[in-house]
Amino acid sequence: MSPTVVILIVGSMIAASCALVGSFLVLRRMALMGDAISHAVLPGIALAFLWTGDRAPLPMILGAGAFGVLTVFLVELFNRSGRLKEDASIGVVFPALFSVGVILISRYASQVDIDLDCVLYGEIAYAPWDLLYFGERSIGPKALWVGGGILLANLALIGAFFKELKLSTFDPELAASLGFSSVALHYLLMTAVSWTVVGSFESVGAILVVAMLVVPPATAYLMTDRLGVMLALAVLLGVISAIGGYWLARWWDASIAGAMAAVAGGLFSLALFASPRHGLLARLAGRRSASRRLADQLLMLHLREGGALVPLETLETRFGWSAARLRRTAAALEARGWIERGIGGLALTPKGATALEESGRHLLAHPLEASANATGAPQASTKKLAAPL
Amino acid sequence: MTFELSFAARNVLLGAALLGGLGGALGSFALLRRQSLLGDALAHAALPGVCLGFLVSGVKAPLPLFIGALLAGLLGSLFILATIRNSRIKEDTAIGIVLSVFFGVGIVLLTYIQKLPTGNQSGLDRFLFGQAATLMAEDVTRMGWLGGAVLAVMLLTYKELKVLSFDPEFGASLGLPIRRLEMLLTLLLVVVVVVGLQTVGVVLIVATLITPAAAARQWTESLGRMIVLAGVLGATAGVLGAMASATVDRLPTGPSIVIVSSVVLVGSLLFAPQRGIAWAILRERRLSRRIRRENLLKDIYRIGEDHPARASGRSGWDEFIPAPRLMGVRGQSAPQLAKSARPLVTAGLLETSGRRLRLTAEGLEEAARVVRKHRLWELYLTRKLELASDHVHREAEAMEHALTDEAVAALEAKLGWPRVDPHGRAIPPAPDLAPPAGEDERIAS
Repeated sequence: MSPTVVILIVGSMIAASCALVGSFLVLRRMALMGDAISHAVLPGIALAFLWTGDRAPLPMILGAGAFGVLTVFLVELFNRSGRLKEDASIGVVFPALFSVGVILISRYASQVDIDLDCVLYGEIAYAPWDLLYFGERSIGPKALWVGGGILLANLALIGAFFKELKLSTFDPELAASLGFSSVALHYLLMTAVSWTVVGSFESVGAILVVAMLVVPPATAYLMTDRLGVMLALAVLLGVISAIGGYWLARWWDASIAGAMAAVAGGLFSLALFASPRHGLLARLAGRRSASRRLADQLLMLHLREGGALVPLETLETRFGWSAARLRRTAAALEARGWIERGIGGLALTPKGATALEESGRHLLAHPLEASANATGAPQASTKKLAAPL
Repeated sequence: MTFELSFAARNVLLGAALLGGLGGALGSFALLRRQSLLGDALAHAALPGVCLGFLVSGVKAPLPLFIGALLAGLLGSLFILATIRNSRIKEDTAIGIVLSVFFGVGIVLLTYIQKLPTGNQSGLDRFLFGQAATLMAEDVTRMGWLGGAVLAVMLLTYKELKVLSFDPEFGASLGLPIRRLEMLLTLLLVVVVVVGLQTVGVVLIVATLITPAAAARQWTESLGRMIVLAGVLGATAGVLGAMASATVDRLPTGPSIVIVSSVVLVGSLLFAPQRGIAWAILRERRLSRRIRRENLLKDIYRIGEDHPARASGRSGWDEFIPAPRLMGVRGQSAPQLAKSARPLVTAGLLETSGRRLRLTAEGLEEAARVVRKHRLWELYLTRKLELASDHVHREAEAMEHALTDEAVAALEAKLGWPRVDPHGRAIPPAPDLAPPAGEDERIAS
């Protein structure tokens, strides 16, 4: 296998593993737990190094997993005590644990092959040459085995607990009443985040793993309302970021992990603007069409109340519209045959009266609803995502 | 032994103290506004700004790097705000995105600079991981000026920032420019973050902002005092951490400072006078012990109340009651019963005879007091709040331990000194709080 292929495969596997668990972090509003865990596992890794004296993957993953769970436990503990809010609990726990890790490494681990730069940035470019040995025989790059194992573990976890995770994410009360232990699921998910973070550490580093955890799922979240689709999209976007980042980094001769994060960020910005469903442009269009519909109905309603022929000036002062806006609205309605133009005024046609009657039932509710959707009432969108249950 | 400070060590101490004080004070606002992790994002977002500042100016002078970091931090905060306001992305995700993507771009720029023929990024690295040991006198002077400016702005806008932190809607209704104040606070935060980068580094900035403020919060309910205390705690942690790092070999400064302030935080969480968790646990223990004891007295009282001897006018509380019977009332084990009974025996409220228990005269009085509270409360609930009489027992079980003597007296007066509870049982009279003469007749009539 050529080095490039190894790097691309490792990068894609990490991106996919991160996207799978990261989607649930984003949906459960725990994106920053990912950030916290990715820093707080450092002492676990350092201890594993000190204990075993080498960089065997299994002790590292166990050590990091233990500290990942410890992080979650401490954050919950502070949070539950009622003395600190959740954001503050996260903000005090992970720097403390990270500090312990840094101190351990700088005091005791200088003789072992670990340095802070590597932990913070990672270096995926070395992946093809860091081989795993089975006895005396090399069985291929370590990162391939670790990355593949973690991807399989995450796939198995989400496959096995898909329904439970989905329900406890979108409707925790119902999940609790059905007897799912949300605490157990929470810890299970956080443990998965921990091992994913550790597996990604050497390749992308502590901080950029957050990019892989959060950014592709957030991008996918802007593009779909279905959980299954969101997971698939997040994986796809993650893989695109990994591969795109690699080529970009080669082109610029710069950090691969950094470029992956940059590509992921670029994709997110694109979706933020242009996503057909939740992008800024789509929202703007939705808001405009809603306000136009409202204007149509207002004008027609006023014409009905005003009797035969309502002078333009009256309408202008009545609504406080500009002459241009009145003209535009009137022209659109006239084109549909709902109003007609008399001398110096407008009147409702019988066809318009029927149309108004039909929409009359929703006259007040409808435009408001439309504009609420356009501004994206959060409850509405979460419910929609939960709907395919 | 004297602890003599070299110039370099003095700079480090001063710098750490300045940053600790400043971070603690400003972090108080971030903590109250639930934006603890915004500082984290801003610190990470500053990195590409530092790199661009270097690329544009071509020098490692502090000013262009500082301006670059400032602009990038502001851009990051604007991006977070815009994303939350205009899309379904929530705050935590937006913070995570800005943090990691900006940092990623910064790393790309950093590795790019590294490969330039002119590029030696050692000075830039300093901004990243913080090397307090390299602080120069002029760095500390700059920190002093910037810190002074931040504090001055904070003092000038103190009232507005206070309203913003506690009740922004109220502030808006007063006509305060809430959006602009938010931006101002973010700007101050960015300045502090950028000042701190050099001392503690990107990752640990968030701790200098939040940990002292969270500790200070435990000691006071007043914002002014919290800010001052957070500043003092932050500065002290800075000095202690820097000193530890100067005396112990290979102990990095930033992490030492964070460990010191984290220890202070844990101490505050446990032992702060009002909010301390240790005290709360102690109070709860004491309360549950009292509840268990009062319940035991009450149980013995109830058994005596139903004693057949009372029909012929004698006391029902003369007999010793076997322990198993009392264990049966609440399904307690023998050790559980013994645990509640022993202190009561010591206090002279109970007397024992083998495995049997009896109320002493004082014990009877105390038990009557508890039962009185229970039954008066039941009566209050049925009469004044018109609850069904079969629904009030559980409420009264809780209230009997909480009502004070004053509250009971007031309750009794409000109910007109009643004699009987909703279930037809007698309400024991108060031994020392006899109803005023003449009232009895009025009720009877």
